[in-house]
Amino acid sequence: MPDTILKVENLNVKFGREEVIKNLSFEVKRGEFLIVLGPNGAGKTTLFKAILGLISSSGEIIWQGAKIPKISYLPERLSQDKFKNLAITVKEFFRFRESSDEKIFSILKAVGLEPDEILNKNPGDLSSGQFQRMLIAWSLISEPEILFFDEPVTGIDIGGEETIYFLLEKFWKEKNLTILLVTHDLNIVYKYATNVLCLSKKEICCFGPAKEILTPKVLEKIYGTEIKFYEHKHA
Amino acid sequence: MLSLISAIFIGGVAGYLGSLMITKRMGLVGGPLGHLALPGVALALVFNFNVFYGALLTIVLGGILIWLLEVKTKAPMEALTGLVFASGVSLGFLILPFSDEHQLEEALIGDISKISFFDTILAIILCALIFLIIRKIYSKLVLAEISEDLAKTERIDVKKYNFIYLACIAVIVALTVKLVGGLLPVALIVIPALTARNLSKNSFQYSFGSLIFGAVSAILGIFLFKLSGYPAGLLIILVGALIFVASMSLRK
Repeated sequence: MPDTILKVENLNVKFGREEVIKNLSFEVKRGEFLIVLGPNGAGKTTLFKAILGLISSSGEIIWQGAKIPKISYLPERLSQDKFKNLAITVKEFFRFRESSDEKIFSILKAVGLEPDEILNKNPGDLSSGQFQRMLIAWSLISEPEILFFDEPVTGIDIGGEETIYFLLEKFWKEKNLTILLVTHDLNIVYKYATNVLCLSKKEICCFGPAKEILTPKVLEKIYGTEIKFYEHKHA
Repeated sequence: MLSLISAIFIGGVAGYLGSLMITKRMGLVGGPLGHLALPGVALALVFNFNVFYGALLTIVLGGILIWLLEVKTKAPMEALTGLVFASGVSLGFLILPFSDEHQLEEALIGDISKISFFDTILAIILCALIFLIIRKIYSKLVLAEISEDLAKTERIDVKKYNFIYLACIAVIVALTVKLVGGLLPVALIVIPALTARNLSKNSFQYSFGSLIFGAVSAILGIFLFKLSGYPAGLLIILVGALIFVASMSLRK
């Protein structure tokens, strides 16, 4: 039985008077691939930010173990345009976290990028697929134990999306990572998640393995309308 | 000689800090801050003390006043800045005796020609200090500009570094007032960085390019001042603008 890495108890987040997260409790085990699911405005991003201490919240966030694990976070909408306005290269962007050229080279290769081709380019000038791969490499270079990814594939075409998730799964297995991922893509949930946490505006939360808890009824509750989802079964 | 040395240091470091200000889209801040210096400069000229102290005093006071007004009224910061700096400029002109044309000119467009030995040393020390501080926090602030959340999860205290950065801006603007007066500090901040931006491929070239273009404009400006006798500050700015125009044709 893997040990618990993170415990959230009675988490509450308020923006002004509005309660965005109410009495949320759950646990994350080491090595889990937890997907946080829910419609826009359900508080998915807020949940990540509260856990990471980026916004104020009440309740308890307990990191188990001797010390806080090494965390990597990829926020939502980290846009390429931001980079276009800066005089910065891919190499300099990686220098924020890692000084060894060798490590930068090998992590870029691991995500399928050609270091010589992109290191001296501005991240804003990469293709969107290259850019997302670069971000994944960036988040992995500090050798984190736990990854927080907030909608990592926004704005990529479908082929690109699959590669990103494929890469995430690969590193998850290879490096025994714990991954927390925000998405509203149900396909991904069935394919990769070991556990699902659903948030909804109506404050209903469900928590557990996707195939057990994501019944059509629950989905309807989360998204408010009737959703039909057919899991693709491959022989 | 003293004027040349202080101009190089002030021009170079203003350019270097300016490269970060443009990255953070705060290039124009140098404008109102310079104007805020005017009442202080006027006081310094009338009571005969170093314009740097006068400028720094009213820049910091003005900054605090804008911040307080924003907290109290919740009005947009830029509008309040307009209110405070226009009042500052008006006050400056009331303090300055209009009969003394030279003082008026010095307050508006600066006069580095008679800088004292002590003031030169002060400028060198402050510039060196600001350069070292900014070099240390430069990349942290760039990362915070890319994403504040990202910087925070890297355990970067964004608030603290922003405060240090703003304090450095206040000091460098006060220093540039000696060189280019209360009207024009923005030029020393934005022009070198714009030039460097045209010619650089990465952050290193951009930031140090800004430093070099700031210093080179200062050298050429002071040289032309010795030849022509026109105000040094104006010449430094115009030289800088010409280098910028030339850099456009070499844009990468």
